Amino acid sequence: MAPHSAPAAGKDSPQGFVYLPLIAGWLVPGAGHFLVRKWGRGALLALAILSMFVLGIVMQGKVYSSAHDILDMLGFVGDLGSGLLYIGSRVLGFGADQVQVTTADYGTRFIVIAGLLNVIAAVDAHNLRTGRKPL
Amino acid sequence: MFSPSHFTAVLLFALCASTVFGITMRETPRRMLRYGLYCFALFVGSAIVLSWGMYLIAR
Repeated sequence: MAPHSAPAAGKDSPQGFVYLPLIAGWLVPGAGHFLVRKWGRGALLALAILSMFVLGIVMQGKVYSSAHDILDMLGFVGDLGSGLLYIGSRVLGFGADQVQVTTADYGTRFIVIAGLLNVIAAVDAHNLRTGRKPL
Repeated sequence: MFSPSHFTAVLLFALCASTVFGITMRETPRRMLRYGLYCFALFVGSAIVLSWGMYLIAR
């Protein structure tokens, strides 16, 4: 018999807003891991995702601004995964409107994949926060 | 404008993607490093194999 076991059941449950690392990690690459005090992992993720996005921009990759067909829509969703990087690049007018050279096509893929990798990193930060993945 | 060769673009892509995969898909630093290297080798290796395959088909 363990009459006082009920309060102990919630001892390891996460405190506060558990979605904060997810949202922060989506807005700023690596920020979700910084919030759960995984400094090294966060720095490496930020470096990898930021490098990929910047490489895509300097290769004159296309930053999707609207969706005319299903492929544009998928690219737009991928770009949105970069969070503030995408918003900043739209505001500052980075990237090309049209893909004219082969390198720009590579760049477009780099930008989309950077967004998708950022979503994976943000979900990983959320899993660390909730305890689904051990710290 | 940065204009890498196709292979350089593959190397840069593989480096960044395998870094993220390694960190997010494994739990300990040693396993992260091993999985990251594994992903990098698969990215680059599959690009080389597919390139040779397409070259031989086109001949």
